[in-house]
Amino acid sequence: MIDLIRGHYVYFFLAGLFLIGLYAIMFKGNLMKKIIGMSIMQSSVILFYVSSAYKDGGTVPVLDPRRGVENPDLYLNPLPHCLMLTAIVVAVVTLGVSFAMIIDIYRNYETIEEPLLLERLKDEA
Amino acid sequence: MEESVSSALPLFAVGVSLAAVPLILWSRGRPNLREFWTLAAAFAKALIVLALLPEVLAGRTVECRLLEISPEIALHLKADPVGMVFALVSSSLWILTSFYSIGYVRGAGEKSQTRYFASFAVCLSATLGIAFSANLLTFLIFYEILSIATYPLVIHKETAEALRSGRQYLVYALSAGVVLIAAVAWTYNLSGTLDFRPGGLLADRAFEAADLRVLFLLFIAGVGVKAGIMPLQSWLPAAMVAPTPVSALLHAVAVVKSGVFGVIRVVGFVFGPSLMKTHGLDAILAAFAGATILFASLIALRQDNLKIRLAYSTIGHLSYIVLGMAMLVPEAFSGGLLHLAAHATTKIALFFCAGAIYVNLHKTEVSQLNGIGRVMPWTMSAFAVGAMGLSGLPPVNAFFSKYALCLGTVEAGRLPALAVLLMSGLLNAAYLLPIVHRAFFRHGGRELEGHGEASAWMVVPLCVAAALSLLLGFRPNALVHLFDLVLLGTRAVFPESVPFAGGGP
Amino acid sequence: MIGPQICMLIPVVYLFGALLVPLIGWRRGAAGWGMALAAAAGAFFFSLGGLAGVLQRGSLSYHLGGWMPPIGIEFVMDPLSAFLEVVITGIGLLAVVYTRRSVEHEIPDRLMPFSSLALLVLTGLSGMVITGDLFNLYVFLEISALAGYALIAVGERPASYAAFRYLGMGTVGASFYLLGLAFLYMTLGTLNMADLSRMLAVTDVSATVAVGLLLLFMGAALKMALFPMHGWLPDAYTHASSAATALIAPIGTKVAGYILIRVLLYLLGAGEKGSGLPLLSLLAYLGAAAVIYGSILAVCQSELKRMLAYSSIAQVGYIAIGVGLNSALGFTGAVLHILNHACMKASLFFVSGGLRLRLGHSRIPRFTNALRRAMPWSSAAFALAALSMIGLPPTAGFFSKWYLALGAIEQSRWLFLGVLLFSSLLNAVYFFRVLERMYLDRPGIEPAERPTSVARHEAPPAMLLPAVALSSALLVIGLGNTWIVDRLIGPMIPGGM
Repeated sequence: MIDLIRGHYVYFFLAGLFLIGLYAIMFKGNLMKKIIGMSIMQSSVILFYVSSAYKDGGTVPVLDPRRGVENPDLYLNPLPHCLMLTAIVVAVVTLGVSFAMIIDIYRNYETIEEPLLLERLKDEA
Repeated sequence: MEESVSSALPLFAVGVSLAAVPLILWSRGRPNLREFWTLAAAFAKALIVLALLPEVLAGRTVECRLLEISPEIALHLKADPVGMVFALVSSSLWILTSFYSIGYVRGAGEKSQTRYFASFAVCLSATLGIAFSANLLTFLIFYEILSIATYPLVIHKETAEALRSGRQYLVYALSAGVVLIAAVAWTYNLSGTLDFRPGGLLADRAFEAADLRVLFLLFIAGVGVKAGIMPLQSWLPAAMVAPTPVSALLHAVAVVKSGVFGVIRVVGFVFGPSLMKTHGLDAILAAFAGATILFASLIALRQDNLKIRLAYSTIGHLSYIVLGMAMLVPEAFSGGLLHLAAHATTKIALFFCAGAIYVNLHKTEVSQLNGIGRVMPWTMSAFAVGAMGLSGLPPVNAFFSKYALCLGTVEAGRLPALAVLLMSGLLNAAYLLPIVHRAFFRHGGRELEGHGEASAWMVVPLCVAAALSLLLGFRPNALVHLFDLVLLGTRAVFPESVPFAGGGP
Repeated sequence: MIGPQICMLIPVVYLFGALLVPLIGWRRGAAGWGMALAAAAGAFFFSLGGLAGVLQRGSLSYHLGGWMPPIGIEFVMDPLSAFLEVVITGIGLLAVVYTRRSVEHEIPDRLMPFSSLALLVLTGLSGMVITGDLFNLYVFLEISALAGYALIAVGERPASYAAFRYLGMGTVGASFYLLGLAFLYMTLGTLNMADLSRMLAVTDVSATVAVGLLLLFMGAALKMALFPMHGWLPDAYTHASSAATALIAPIGTKVAGYILIRVLLYLLGAGEKGSGLPLLSLLAYLGAAAVIYGSILAVCQSELKRMLAYSSIAQVGYIAIGVGLNSALGFTGAVLHILNHACMKASLFFVSGGLRLRLGHSRIPRFTNALRRAMPWSSAAFALAALSMIGLPPTAGFFSKWYLALGAIEQSRWLFLGVLLFSSLLNAVYFFRVLERMYLDRPGIEPAERPTSVARHEAPPAMLLPAVALSSALLVIGLGNTWIVDRLIGPMIPGGM
């Protein structure tokens, strides 16, 4: 049990992060906090990929004459990093779009607190 | 194995009225032209069906296989004797109804006449499609088209009552449709084919008894709604809110007979007599039909509204046919088919009379009919013929079909069924003949003065319908060899037997 | 000559179109729209070519940048993706045709950005279907989703909040997907679909893979608004502009369904390898719940677009049931229903947009039979599509239900059969409610108050024709369904069924 936790503590940490993000998206009333939650969740996934590529004693996958090419264990797997570059771009764009929406919501309803917003939406309908 | 001929005629028979729909819609501003299209389509349809007759009488079926609509199941039309009986009845009576409709909707000043005639044409296409379906999926498709196409006719008046009846009709018809879909899909799963086969497409396979019983009930629920089998009948009296020609053709001939025709197909061509007998399915069917006959006749006695009374009478008479099917003997099967035709001609005459009375005198209740026989002698004479026929009095054609049905019950050894038939004959007389008595032998009120017959557009068709009933009573083979067709159809389903060996009607 | 490049061309045409629209339409929005139309037409043309190529020569595969898979990204056009590609580009083309008048009316001065975003949505959707790489699929998913959020946000006043909720749920779904992918990648070391299915065929499904699949499932289910993860959908579809709904509703959720088909039936193999993980049964049961829930809520709605949105939730349930049955018949029904429902729902939303243009609203209680006289063709298109939704033969809707019913009976799954048939009746309830108002006099109104003559006021041709074309197509698809089932769906049925 202890070994399980010690060997994988980064995963537990990331799972916690993911859940925190999910919690914020689902239950926080403030739209900005929801966005923060969203960002936390995305970051946890990104970190998860990156951590999965980590190897003890490995280094960046750029040819190092001292290490040679015979033993690939000496280099990290570059693919997850590349993938996450894309994912980071996606996350940033998501943030941008959601900010635009929040601004629009604020202009229309002068609040970004969900309970208040729902009330005003109801009044309008 | 039956011989078959390939021909596009069945397709034309189905399609001709569908082709008339755009023309009817297009000429909506010109009523005369519009009605011309209806009549042209009606005559064309009847002629095409007649053109099929020689081949079918010669013992060959006429097939038209169209594109496949599900792997290995085609949209497949086939004119066989049983289908021809139904097709002849509905296409020939459409001609009468078309003339009558023109008189009725103009006389009663109905609105949306274009929609009315267009829907009527679609209904007739669907009816012929049902008659000529060669497999269950084709049957199902036309059956559903018929359900939808009838809806605009039921709600035609667009009153609150009509809308309510329309909704009720839809609920019944669509529920029946989905039940039928389940039944058909299940049949396909069990047998791998959906082609109707005389003697039953399921006949030579082994099944679990319980499965088969559920499947049979699904089928009967699916087609029984249109056939008005109790307890699925209540939409039919409600649908009487529709204009009378609709009640006459659809709710006495096309739609309800489609349901009955479905029972015929299910009994004779899906399950088959032997399978029905082994699993005791005939008893289930007979029980429902017998109960329906008695209850409907009793309820009809108490109705004052003429059309509703006729509607309950229709429910009863539809179950005559179903009862005939449930006997599983050739005589009763023939009797059922004959009654399909006989009830059509007599009941349509009665409905036409009811409509003529309504348009002419604005009377809808039986109790208001005193003395109208003197004002409208032709109409009420035709009514008398129809009433006699349905009560089972010779020489009207319905007498002979009832006689054949009674023979069948004896042959099958089902005396309760015989009792039901005889008792309901009395009840029929009890609810129909007093109307004739009122019309001719009681004195009418003042408001009848100055009225004569309804317009010839209406009186001629109703007299023709009554004359047809009489003619087919004297000569069952007159005009279209109906009796031969019935015998052919019966022999296909019961190959070993010779119906009416001791001399038929 | 149809080469494998055609796989690449479809998303690329959309993408470049999306970039060119702002350049060309900078001054005049209409010119940008013209560019979008050209791109949509081009993509449709290419997808037809791709389908023809696949039918002739089997699957096409294009290696992006010349890198060999599984290292490089591969675009694959197999029968399933070629078929869906035609559905997407076809609906896309009609939606772009429709866009101009609708957008000019509902969101004036936004035609150029709208056209560009519409093309981006289509880039994402067509890319998702065609890519052979699971991570690349994620990228396309986000492209379509982000453009979709923006499209939906520009509508009625509450639209931005509806879009925000959609964004929240969509991002959660995408994150689940990405996380699930990480599990698969960590265990199996590849992202290429073909490679992955080869590996899954020889290895047992380990716990890690199972968790990954479950996460993928949840992500895709959220995106396809599968009950109970549908919460974002009704508001988003209702408040978005008609053109946006008409573009996204018919194909958006289906493509998420495609992910499920791809992952559960193709990658995992149709025999349900992860037997300890009954995802397919779960899918089918959720689908059944969705059908009932969506239909019942649709009955309760008084706003036409909202009713159609709930009906979409139900219809997605049909597809889920079909996939979950895990049989050739169920699969056939599901794929056919993707096509059918795309046509029906697009036509219905097209008409509802036309109603908003001419009536200024689409509230069902305010419909009268003046509508039928003012807009006969729109009403007819609506009626035909509605009959198909109910599943009446010979329209297309009947036949997908027919195959699904056959599939349910084949496995004696009576619950699903009952759900399918019962929901037909519920569909009838909510569509006839509309049709009754559209076509019939309302009793209780004095004859004097009835409008005696109603001027013909049909929707403009660009909005009417797509609806009429799709509704007529329903009859063609219905009667010609055997050709589609045999020639198009037959080859794509996953092995093992």
